[in-house]
Amino acid sequence: MNKKILFYSVILLFGLIAPFLFPAFKLQMSILWILIVLSLTWDVQGGQMGYNTFGNILFFGLGMYLCSSIHIGIFFPLSEWTASGGEKTFLHTPKQFFQGFFIGLILSGLIPAIVAALIGYGILGLRGHYFAICTLGLGIAAGEIAGGIELIGAGQGMTSPPWPKGIGDTELRSEFFYFLSFILMIFTFLFLRWAYTKRFGLVLNAIRDNEDKAEAMGIYTMRYKITGWVVSAFFVGIAGGLMGNMIGYIEPVETAFAGRTFGVFMVLMAILGGKGTLWGPVIGAAAFHIFKEGFWTFFLGWQYVALGALIVIVVVFFPEGIMGWLREKYPEKFGEVIDEDDRKAQVELK
Amino acid sequence: MKESVLLIDHVYKYFGGVKANEDISFSVKEGSIVGLIGPNGSGKTTLFNSIVGTHPIDKGSIKFYNKEVSTLPVPVIAKLGFLRTFQQTRIYGKLNCIQNMLISAKPTNDNIFAIFSNIPKELNKKAENLLDFVGLFQKRNLRAGDLSFGQQKLLELAMALMNEPKMLLLDEPTAGINPTLINGIIERLIKVNKEFGITLLVIEHNMRVIMNLAQEIFCLAHGNLIANGVPDQIKNDQRVIDAYLGVQ
Repeated sequence: MNKKILFYSVILLFGLIAPFLFPAFKLQMSILWILIVLSLTWDVQGGQMGYNTFGNILFFGLGMYLCSSIHIGIFFPLSEWTASGGEKTFLHTPKQFFQGFFIGLILSGLIPAIVAALIGYGILGLRGHYFAICTLGLGIAAGEIAGGIELIGAGQGMTSPPWPKGIGDTELRSEFFYFLSFILMIFTFLFLRWAYTKRFGLVLNAIRDNEDKAEAMGIYTMRYKITGWVVSAFFVGIAGGLMGNMIGYIEPVETAFAGRTFGVFMVLMAILGGKGTLWGPVIGAAAFHIFKEGFWTFFLGWQYVALGALIVIVVVFFPEGIMGWLREKYPEKFGEVIDEDDRKAQVELK
Repeated sequence: MKESVLLIDHVYKYFGGVKANEDISFSVKEGSIVGLIGPNGSGKTTLFNSIVGTHPIDKGSIKFYNKEVSTLPVPVIAKLGFLRTFQQTRIYGKLNCIQNMLISAKPTNDNIFAIFSNIPKELNKKAENLLDFVGLFQKRNLRAGDLSFGQQKLLELAMALMNEPKMLLLDEPTAGINPTLINGIIERLIKVNKEFGITLLVIEHNMRVIMNLAQEIFCLAHGNLIANGVPDQIKNDQRVIDAYLGVQ
C-alpha cells in the first residue's frame, strides 16, 4: 500500500517539476499527457469492452473545433475571425481569453459526450468488424464535413486564439497548457481507475468476453456500452480542445479529425502497452511517444517505415502488449494462483 | 396441483422452409425437473432460444408465471428469473472465476447509479460458496478461459445459480464431461432442484442421465413433439425408439 502511494507521488512530483527541469521538452511532454488520455480512453472501448473503434478521433476533432469556436464566438463574430485569419483583427483581453477558454473547454467535453450517446445508441448494436468499419467511416466523414463548413474555416482551417498580450511570455503559455494537460491526464486516469473497480468495469469486461452471455444473464449491455463511450468522448473532447489551443492552428483532416495520425496512434499505444489493463495504455503511450520522436529525429524521411516496423514487431511478438506479456510470464503476480486449501462450504441461496 | 411455471402453447418457428418447431405445446410445473430429448436437429435448442427470447417465434405463446414472454428481449426475460446455459460453454474467458461469479449475481436495474456502484462485498462469500459447491473453489483465481471444458460447464452452472433464478434451462449439462464427473453433476442438479427450489428444464442426449434426473420427459423429432411421459414410458415408447433408431 505504502509502496503504491510512493509510486504515485513520484509520478506526480515528476509531472510537477518536469517542465522546469527540462524546459525544452515542455511541448513534447504536454503532447505525451494528451496521448495518454487518448490511449486510456480508447482502451475503454478497444481493450476493456472489446469494441475496436476508430471513431474516437471524431470526439477529438469535435472538441478541438468546439473549444476554439466557443472561445472566439463568445466575444467576436466567428465568421469574420476565420475569414480574416482571426488574430490580426481581434484580440482577446486576458480576462476574455481565460473565460472563453474554460467555457469552451467544458463544452468541448460535454457536447462530444452527448454526440457519443446519440451515435452510440445507433451503432453500438453493431459488433466486431462491422463496428470498426462503421466508426472508421465516422471519423473520415467528420473530417470531410468540417472541411466544407465556411464558418469554421472550411478546408483552410482556423486559428485558435493567441495567448493574450500583457501576461507573460510564450514560456508561461506553454507552462499553462502543460499543467492543464497534466491535470487532464491525472483526472482521466483516476476516474477510469475508480470506474474499473465498480460494476462498470466488470460488465465491460464481460461484454468483451461474451456479450451474448451477459445479455442472457440479464444485463442491459447497451447501457454500459453507451456509458463507456460517453465517458471516452468526454475526456477525448477536452483533450482535443486543449490540443487545438496548444498548437494554435486547426486543420480539419491533419489536426482535428486526424484519423491517419492520432486516430491510429491511440490504437497503437493501447495495444503496445497492453489493452484491457489500466497501466497498459499509459506505458504504451509513453513508449510510443519516445519511439515516435526518436524515429522522427533519427530516421527523418524513413520515419513512417520505422513506425511500421515497430507495429509489425509489436503485433508479432507482443500481441498482448507489454502488460499482457508480463501477465503471461508471471501470472502469479497478477493473482492467478491455484489455492491448494480445500474447504467445505454450506451453500444457501435466498 | 402446483402452478405451472412455464406454459408453451402451440409454438411455431420456421427458418425459411425449415420447420424447426411445429405446434409445440407443453407445460412445466413448479419445482419439477423436466427433460427434453430428441435426435440431433430435432429443434430442442431452437425451442430453448425461442423460450428465452433469442429469436422471435412465428406463432403461439410462451408464458412464464402467466406472463407472456415471447415478445420480450433477452435481458428482460433473464431478469424475471428465467435463465439458460449454453451447449457450448459461454463464460467470460479473461476474467477469473470469482469475477465470473460476481458479474452473474442478480442484476441491478442498470441505471446510471447502478453502473457506477460497488459490487457488494457479501457477494464474494456467496461466490466462493457456490464455486465450492461445484468443486471449483481451488481454481477460483484462475482465468475462466484456462479451465477445462467440463470445468467451464460447472462454472456456468454456478454462475446460473449465483443469479438465483426461478427456472433454469440447461442445454446438455453433461456433454463432454467424464463419467465420474457426470454422477457429480446429476447429484448437484437434483440438489439444486430440491434445496434451492429451482425448476429445471434439461436438454440431454445421455439417456442414463436424463432417466435418472427427470420426472417427466418430452421428446421432439423433426420439430414436432412426438411423445411425453415419465421416464419409463418414454423408454418403451415405440415412437421415441423409431425417432432415434429409424423406423424398420
